[in-house]
Amino acid sequence: MEVIIVFSLYVFVLSMLVGFEVIAKVPTLLHTPLMSGSNAISGITIVGALISAGSGHGVVSSILGMFAVIMATVNVVGGFKVTDRMLGMFKKQK
Amino acid sequence: MSAQTNLIYLVAAVLFIFGLKMLSSPRTARRGNMLAMLGMLIAIVITLLDRQIISWPYIMVGIIIGSAVGYIAAQRVALTEMPQMVAVFNGLGGGASMLVAFAEVGPRVLRLETNPELYLVVTIVLSVLIGTVTLTGSMVAYAKLQGLLTGAPIVYRGQHVVNVILIVVCAVLGIMMAFNPSMWLLLVLVFIIAAVLGVSLVIRIGGADMPVVIALLNSYSGLAAAATGFVISNNVLIISGALVGASGLILTKIMCVAMNRSLANVLFGAVGTAGGTGVVSEEEKKSVTRYTPMDAALMLENAYSVIIIPGYGLAVAQAQHVLQEGAKLLMDKGIKVRYAIHPVAGRMPGHMNVLLAEANVPYDLLLDMTEINEDFKDTDIVLVIGANDVINPAARYKKGSPLYGMPILNADQARTVIICKRSLSPGFSGEDNELFYDDKTMMVFGDAKKTVTDITNILKSA
Repeated sequence: MEVIIVFSLYVFVLSMLVGFEVIAKVPTLLHTPLMSGSNAISGITIVGALISAGSGHGVVSSILGMFAVIMATVNVVGGFKVTDRMLGMFKKQK
Repeated sequence: MSAQTNLIYLVAAVLFIFGLKMLSSPRTARRGNMLAMLGMLIAIVITLLDRQIISWPYIMVGIIIGSAVGYIAAQRVALTEMPQMVAVFNGLGGGASMLVAFAEVGPRVLRLETNPELYLVVTIVLSVLIGTVTLTGSMVAYAKLQGLLTGAPIVYRGQHVVNVILIVVCAVLGIMMAFNPSMWLLLVLVFIIAAVLGVSLVIRIGGADMPVVIALLNSYSGLAAAATGFVISNNVLIISGALVGASGLILTKIMCVAMNRSLANVLFGAVGTAGGTGVVSEEEKKSVTRYTPMDAALMLENAYSVIIIPGYGLAVAQAQHVLQEGAKLLMDKGIKVRYAIHPVAGRMPGHMNVLLAEANVPYDLLLDMTEINEDFKDTDIVLVIGANDVINPAARYKKGSPLYGMPILNADQARTVIICKRSLSPGFSGEDNELFYDDKTMMVFGDAKKTVTDITNILKSA
């Protein structure tokens, strides 16, 4: 399955480059929300966690998956929520 | 996984990218975050609808606990504690990626008739390694920021050698695992060693360098997710992980430049002490003119333009609200007031902006160093509160000073500089600040909150 890994590497490298381009344009003003928001995005690992917890590959996988789901959900929910809370505070001069 | 599921993951990935793109302006940022949230929701729902999911109890328990904890934590956290919170979230993300890699060992490696592909074993090992280092490293960063551990670097003899040995052992275990994929105990060993490595790497980094470490761990949490994406051949994990990895690296670089340090120096230099223990050189006793809040208020009232330089001392004293109250009084008198934010004014990238936004300072008054540095020379008064090293002119010319080469705010170019500070003690660098002794400088000694409150009250009564 050499093809899969090479293909995945293409995706990884190109996404990194997109990331550099997009993130470089975020002003320092918003760097803290950027960190908490991107942190929430890294919680995408929840997708893997759900599959591990729910695909019935035995008790060990399911329990490991469940803990992964807990950790990733805290990451996702908390990350997006706190980012929204912070961004709600940024107001322009009246 | 079906092709439909994969296509919808692509939609989620595109939403993440647009969400991050909208963070480039405070006008669109909140909607951008919503967009990323929507992307995440779509990814989660389509995963749950996929044929692979056949059992629900573990999933439901996990989602309910995780959502409750995450929501409450995000709701309650004080903004001064954001660095700790982001550190914990980074750690949890890394930990989750590590657990998924472990959970996949059974179905993807042990239960195969033939040996698994080499790349699969390598990515599992990498995912466990990066995820675990992120987890334990973040916990140490949290403990340091929260004051549970000393902020000073914890150094022991031969630390570098130990760290290098740990990394080599991890590599050897990984290679052994590649040749004997059924020996999953090797992976447990990788986990244990990576856990020790995460602690050992972060424990020697001083409190003032934590912004760099958090940014770096942010990057690791993304890379861990990407590695897990390789394990389960899932592109949305790879794309999102790479985006976050890139974001963390950019922030790491920005913080290193702002602190005038190389990443290697931050990670391995063990720079810093628990408190400012620098000593003012005794041989050249210089005179300082003391002023009162009344003097400062009179000066401010009669200015045309004022730039405020807030440091972390301001936030520690919780003086940002009353400061903005005072600033507003000045603006109502027609005085031009702006804030100059140095990149390291806080405990994480952009921290000071959030703290001031919370105190109702409009974001168009918050200017970063490059935007405002040319304006100081045409400014009547610079009001410095709780900042020191970031305005020390020694950074420009004094070779051999720890500050030399660090970008600073050109406070010394303003006509008058008012500095509110507890004492003359040097900042974190230990470098004495000549600006304190300058003829155009007015030193107002005392607690930041009390001083700012006094000034504001005088402005109010005037």
